[in-house]
Amino acid sequence: MPNDDPVKTVLVALILCLVCAVAVSVAAVALRPLQEHNKDLAFKREVLKVAGLYTPGTDIEAQFRQVDVRMVDLATGEYRTDLDAAAYSPQEAARDPQTGMPIAPAADLANIKRRSRFVPVYLVRDADKLRMVILPVYGAGLWSTMYGLLALQADVNTVAGVSFYEHAETAGLGSEIANPRWQAGWMGKRIYDDSGEVRFQLLKGGAAGDTEAAAFGVDALSGATLTGNGVTGLVRYWLGADGFGRYLARLRQQESGG
Amino acid sequence: MNPDSKRTLIEPIVDNNPIILQILGICSALAVTAKVAPALVMSLAVIVVLALSNVFISLIRHHLPTNIRIIVQMTIIASLVIVVAQVLEAYAYEISKQLSVFVGLIITNCIVLGRAEAFAMKNGPWPSFLDGIGHGLGYSAILIIVAVTRELLGSGTLLGYEVLRTVKNGGWYEPNGLMLLAPGAFFIIGLLIWAVRAARPEQVERPEFRIEVVHRTEVI
Repeated sequence: MPNDDPVKTVLVALILCLVCAVAVSVAAVALRPLQEHNKDLAFKREVLKVAGLYTPGTDIEAQFRQVDVRMVDLATGEYRTDLDAAAYSPQEAARDPQTGMPIAPAADLANIKRRSRFVPVYLVRDADKLRMVILPVYGAGLWSTMYGLLALQADVNTVAGVSFYEHAETAGLGSEIANPRWQAGWMGKRIYDDSGEVRFQLLKGGAAGDTEAAAFGVDALSGATLTGNGVTGLVRYWLGADGFGRYLARLRQQESGG
Repeated sequence: MNPDSKRTLIEPIVDNNPIILQILGICSALAVTAKVAPALVMSLAVIVVLALSNVFISLIRHHLPTNIRIIVQMTIIASLVIVVAQVLEAYAYEISKQLSVFVGLIITNCIVLGRAEAFAMKNGPWPSFLDGIGHGLGYSAILIIVAVTRELLGSGTLLGYEVLRTVKNGGWYEPNGLMLLAPGAFFIIGLLIWAVRAARPEQVERPEFRIEVVHRTEVI
């Protein structure tokens, strides 16, 4: 059969597609467990980094043992010991009708539409006293969903660290949310005012100085207004009453009471 | 190894280098060369993809309908690239994150399609394999030279180990920030092209136009 015969053309195309599809699928499926393991390690390292506990070069699993992982029921603010935090994935848990729930549009400051009812938190303790609580947060930026971790000090109000470990914001503008120098500006900022309201926001014109707003504000990123609005929104949502609000209130009471 | 195979393998490294003579693959050469480690992994990925795509395309070259030739080549290259990207994600997660889209973009690297079309379609699997390895090495050589220069001058380190102690770490070396940005790579590649063409004048293209002094009387 000549090469340019239409039958042969279709045949070659079909066989080629079949062979390539099999090769690609085999690679994807066979390597999945290793990739998942890598992702899991990368996430644990991210948690350790936010907590300031990460020492490069040593076993991450071993280091991660000093972190206490708990699942929280956001509606009641109580721990759920029957749920496995290791299997948690924010997207899947939100989609699953068993664990997910829709967010009322008016309350949806992070613009994520659905969320899981149960979310893991990461606790770091000194002996029996709480040192830090690390919360997974996420929300819509300009282009992408921004996944981050926010660490609060033992007063459950002051920021001890932040990281955005996965996002696809504009390179050079919105992507500055991943810049450690900018993230350093979050340290020591407060989330709640004395009445318990979330006051935290990104401030245009800078958050230096001793003003009232600067205590609750972080420098907004120039050229990335919408990404910045997303960051403000996701902090306000996840730390507000619909997010971790109840849990954090309980935690604060426990720590000051006990 | 017979002299013909040897030439196929060695020639692309200096005499027919894909980056500095054929000026292909510049985009990734600018993007992944700020540090040596990602440049090494990228080089390895390109060598593997180039060699294998050349072999596979050469194997089926007698059965390729001309009207879907390019699509078939692209499909083979794309599948190889996906497999390589998956392997990197499984075994070199950190570096695959640093390389981000550039592993995927090997698909559009003109060197790969160029060799498939120019060499693998006309030669047997073994010479095609050597040609792929040779061009991969030529690409790697430039990437590594650029990356070593950029990392050394831009951060004072090589593969992450401190070579020139920077002022920030209490040393004497003030790092050159330009080297960390893409234009730094442009300058280095430009200087390399200049150096190689000064040593091998036969690589210099003939100018398309020449400006000469013309006497008025010669114009009619």
